[in-house]
Amino acid sequence: MRNVGIIGLGQSHFVKSRTDVTYPELVREGAQLALDDAELTMADIDAVVVPLAPDALIGIGNGERWLIEAIGATDKPLMRVNNGGATGATAVEAAWMHVASGMFDVVLVAGADRVSESMSAQSVLNKMWDVAYERPYPQNTITMLAMSAMRYNHLYGWDESDMARVTVKNRRHASLNPHAHLRAEVSVEDVLESRLLSWPLKLGDVCPSSTGGASLIVASQEYIERTGRTAAWIRGLGQNTETFWMGDRVGDSHVGDHADADALAVAFRHAYDQAGIVDPKTQIQVAEIYAPFSSVEFHVIEAAGFCGQGEAPALLAEGAFHLGSDGVVVNPSGGTQCTNPIAITGTVRVIEAATQVLRRAGDRQVANADVAIASAIGGDHQFYSTFVIANHLDPIGTR
Amino acid sequence: MTSAPEPAQARFYAQTWDLSYRHALGSTVGVFLDGIAEGRVRGRACPSCARVLVPPRSYCDRCSVETTDWVDVANEGVIEMMTIVYEGFKGLPDPPYAIAYVTLDGASTALLGYVRGVELSDVAAATAALAIGTRLRVQFAAEPQGQVTDYWFEPVQIPAS
Repeated sequence: MRNVGIIGLGQSHFVKSRTDVTYPELVREGAQLALDDAELTMADIDAVVVPLAPDALIGIGNGERWLIEAIGATDKPLMRVNNGGATGATAVEAAWMHVASGMFDVVLVAGADRVSESMSAQSVLNKMWDVAYERPYPQNTITMLAMSAMRYNHLYGWDESDMARVTVKNRRHASLNPHAHLRAEVSVEDVLESRLLSWPLKLGDVCPSSTGGASLIVASQEYIERTGRTAAWIRGLGQNTETFWMGDRVGDSHVGDHADADALAVAFRHAYDQAGIVDPKTQIQVAEIYAPFSSVEFHVIEAAGFCGQGEAPALLAEGAFHLGSDGVVVNPSGGTQCTNPIAITGTVRVIEAATQVLRRAGDRQVANADVAIASAIGGDHQFYSTFVIANHLDPIGTR
Repeated sequence: MTSAPEPAQARFYAQTWDLSYRHALGSTVGVFLDGIAEGRVRGRACPSCARVLVPPRSYCDRCSVETTDWVDVANEGVIEMMTIVYEGFKGLPDPPYAIAYVTLDGASTALLGYVRGVELSDVAAATAALAIGTRLRVQFAAEPQGQVTDYWFEPVQIPAS
């Protein structure tokens, strides 16, 4: 496998809705930002990967067809990737495979989302449950994560105030990120007093529906060196799946608990093994992890190996994971909780990780960021994608 | 040079996707629903790991073998996780409602269903009444419709001593 680096980054300023552009124009917006950033044109691009989640979420049948001309991809290989909430990260993995395999030298990942144009998002998401046994009940992404939060709090002894502290941190970070959607700071009390949606999740715990485009460009080490570029290097990546059946993640015989993200921990280990990371706490400075709701951030922090299971809430309360704290900073962009354009939210995680190690993050820059991780989750915790991204190709040391 | 014209107002195209499907549920689900109509909850046993899968599936995902025997499990079990929904979502039922995963005695995995018989207006009282580990009993519809919603869970009544 060849080394692969990220050489172009582009993302919109995310908002609730956009009435000035269509879906393909929004994809074009992100793609053009990344091409400009890399000082490339579509003539330099060998192939395109399009992250695009279920059609019904944006009400467009096979939108990957509609965007071909808009981004200038005619006469180029193009594939669509859909792994639910992990889609935007899985698309980057596909682009990595295109280049690492030697098939292509320069590959564009380009997508967009405009989730708020659907009035029926949770009804669409309900359709992913088993037709006979579970879909007749109003399961959706909010109820499934409410149940995970309940179980996490029960197993480890935390409560809704602990969840609220995640929101407070992420909103503070998002206030420093001009690309973030929800940028107003909130207090623990604000979150606790917000409208109850699906106990224990309140409005203050959940992500918004965000609109915007995001894009990145990956290239081979040979191309990067020949053209004298700076890159954020993909040093490791992993993917893993977990059982479709939520009811199999509880009871006496379960393997992974629905409170935790055990299969994600395996995906992180794969990425760490490739990157030579043996002690995440000392070798990683930035974690840009997919956590659409406050409660999810805890078990992802734990799956990433920054602390043991059930320990993240106490560390957060002591000030860990915040910008300016000593150890790893979690979601310096404000994360998925402040900006969730579903199809590309995984791409935005990778973009932020790359932005941080390239030291281009402005007010939200993590000091001495050399190594970052990014991750995403799809389905009801079925699909897990992980990345280690660094600003060098040397052995990753400890600090 | 003139500035680019702006539209007088934002324009929209509104559309409803009216899609119809009729999914065949398969033989395994069929036998399960026949049991529900008779007031029985049936699972499938894995010959390799001995887990009893409820809801029943024709294969064991962990052992990659076909499940073999039908096993009746108890009509009582414990809450593994639940949520009470207070927000309305388009296309989904009107709130409030409670749904829970319950591991029935004799089953290895948990079954999803509505929880009824609990007053949901007081959040603290309702969530306390439906804590993890609480025992619930399966109730069956008097006139089954051939769907999983023909059963639901209710708190086990503590007998007066």
